[in-house]
Amino acid sequence: MKPAIETRDLTKEFNGLVAVDHVDLQIEKGELFGLLGPNGAGKTTLIHMLCTILPPTEGTAKVAGFDIHRTPDSVRKAIGIVFQDPSLDGRLTSRENLDFHGRVYGMDKAQREKRIADVLKLVDLEDRAKALVQTYSSGMRRRLEIARGLMHHPKIMFMDEPTLGLDPQTRRSIWDHIQMLNKQEKITILLTTHYMDEADYLCDRVGIIDHGKIISLGKPEKLKDELKGDIVSLEVAQPKKYVEIFQRAKYVKEVTVVKDQLHLTVTGGERTIPKLMEIVTRRGGKVRSVGLRSPTLEDVFIRYTGRGIREEEAGAKEQMRMMVRAHSR
Amino acid sequence: MSAQAVYVLWLRDMKWFLRAKGRLISTFVMPFLWLAILGMGLGAVIQMPGGGSFIDFLTPGIVGMAILFSATMSGVSVLWDKQFGFMKEILVAPVSRISIMIGKALGGATTSIIQGVMLLFVAALIGARMPGIAGFLIAFLFMIILALGFVSLGLAIASRIGDPVAFPIVINFLIMPLFFLSGAIFPISTAPGWLQTLAYINPVTYGVDGLRGAILGTSQFPLWLDFAVLGLFSLAMILLGAYLFKKMKA
Ligand SMILES: Nc1ncnc2c1ncn2[C@@H]1O[C@H](COP(=O)(O)OP(=O)(O)OP(=O)(O)O)[C@@H](O)[C@H]1O
Ligand SMILES: [Mg+2]
Repeated sequence: MKPAIETRDLTKEFNGLVAVDHVDLQIEKGELFGLLGPNGAGKTTLIHMLCTILPPTEGTAKVAGFDIHRTPDSVRKAIGIVFQDPSLDGRLTSRENLDFHGRVYGMDKAQREKRIADVLKLVDLEDRAKALVQTYSSGMRRRLEIARGLMHHPKIMFMDEPTLGLDPQTRRSIWDHIQMLNKQEKITILLTTHYMDEADYLCDRVGIIDHGKIISLGKPEKLKDELKGDIVSLEVAQPKKYVEIFQRAKYVKEVTVVKDQLHLTVTGGERTIPKLMEIVTRRGGKVRSVGLRSPTLEDVFIRYTGRGIREEEAGAKEQMRMMVRAHSR
Repeated sequence: MSAQAVYVLWLRDMKWFLRAKGRLISTFVMPFLWLAILGMGLGAVIQMPGGGSFIDFLTPGIVGMAILFSATMSGVSVLWDKQFGFMKEILVAPVSRISIMIGKALGGATTSIIQGVMLLFVAALIGARMPGIAGFLIAFLFMIILALGFVSLGLAIASRIGDPVAFPIVINFLIMPLFFLSGAIFPISTAPGWLQTLAYINPVTYGVDGLRGAILGTSQFPLWLDFAVLGLFSLAMILLGAYLFKKMKA
């Protein structure tokens, strides 16, 4: 079986900045694949190239079996897209937004009417179908964008941060919708996210992307298992001071510093904590707090990049996006 | 070319036009004020060279003005679509850029022609002389050519300018001189030589003159000349608009 998406050396440069760096990726039919990475990792740029709205600087890709350079129109017909930023017309009703979409994708009247009813039902928006989209909440808009992406029966859906800036309940309900599309409608899905839990919960496979490169790829469980052990976090003053000492301890497999915390990958967390604390005390330091947990995808990310995925973010940029979304029409 | 896509882009412009009541009123008020205040105010003191009332003379000029401004300004919808993200939905669809450009152009042209026609009726209400059926049809033809040319110019400029706030400023800067130098509010034949020269190289002059010929039956140039010059200009603008729109970044 041919893969749904296949990229070769796919690269995009913006005036010397390499946003996507020689990516080789293969996504099978029916897969729910997640691209996990921090702000600016190149997720959106990668998706835009696959959607044929951004020409690559180098490399090629096949989407649904079609070459993005040679047959962009066939690619476009085969895919549905939920863009990261809002892209609805607020001065039209949701029905009109969907009808617009159906027409530009060449559906006839009967097809459109049936499909509009179906997709509105799928995302639970039937009651508000006649209201102007500018009166919708951001969760409703997101669901409508998903419905719109589905209008023309795409084989592959791209969803760029489908739950960015939504409250936990809404995120849950969108997750359910995404899973249903994948399992029941058999649509291959490529989604991007910088939420660990989203990638972990939803995706069959996850590719971790940073600075335009895929640095690790596999099933979420497998990625976490590779860390082999538990994560102990110690909050101390001047954590960098202890890195070398802990690296020498044989029961510590990895040490990273994340802000004022030391993250230690260890075997048998419960039994090693006292030993770790003793080391700090012996150096005259003081442990302010201790944490013990199983590894998450965040730890996988830290291991490959040496920093937390949400470290410099959840800050200005995301908040601004949410505001933009809330204010747009 | 996708007829469906052209149609739905046009349809969307119509819906916007009818839903934005405020915009509808404001685009109508300005030319109306010109017509009512200038026409009636100045009309009382001005003696037209060839006889006839000033408001009769002014009406075709103001109709031309309404179309000129609203057609060129309609290009701003491209920029708002970009700003609000809807342009991505349009550009990622499997339709050619040229269908999108034509749909947008027809939408903008239709709304500005509607305004031109409404203004003609208002002029009739305040006593301006009206053409017969044939005259009206010829006027309508000139309105279409004028609108298509300047909508395309607006689209061409919009595809080079990213900022929806800067757009109207640029347009006004460009359109104001074209309007004043077109013979819309004073007869060219009696103007000083340098003004006449400028007017002769201004395509709007031929649009206004054609409208005047159609509505009043008297024009400076023969109607076929007005038709030819304006038609060539509009064709050039349509080609330029299509070319620049095609090159526009997503
Ligand atoms: N049109 C552009 N011109 C110049 N640089 C760009 C452009 N688009 C993206 N970039 C840069 O490319 C890099 C990758 O951006 P991209 O939007 O793909 O990241 P992302 O992973 O989607 O991030 P986020 O999580 O914030 O959406 C960033 O450094 C960004 O500044
Ligand atoms: Mg992004």
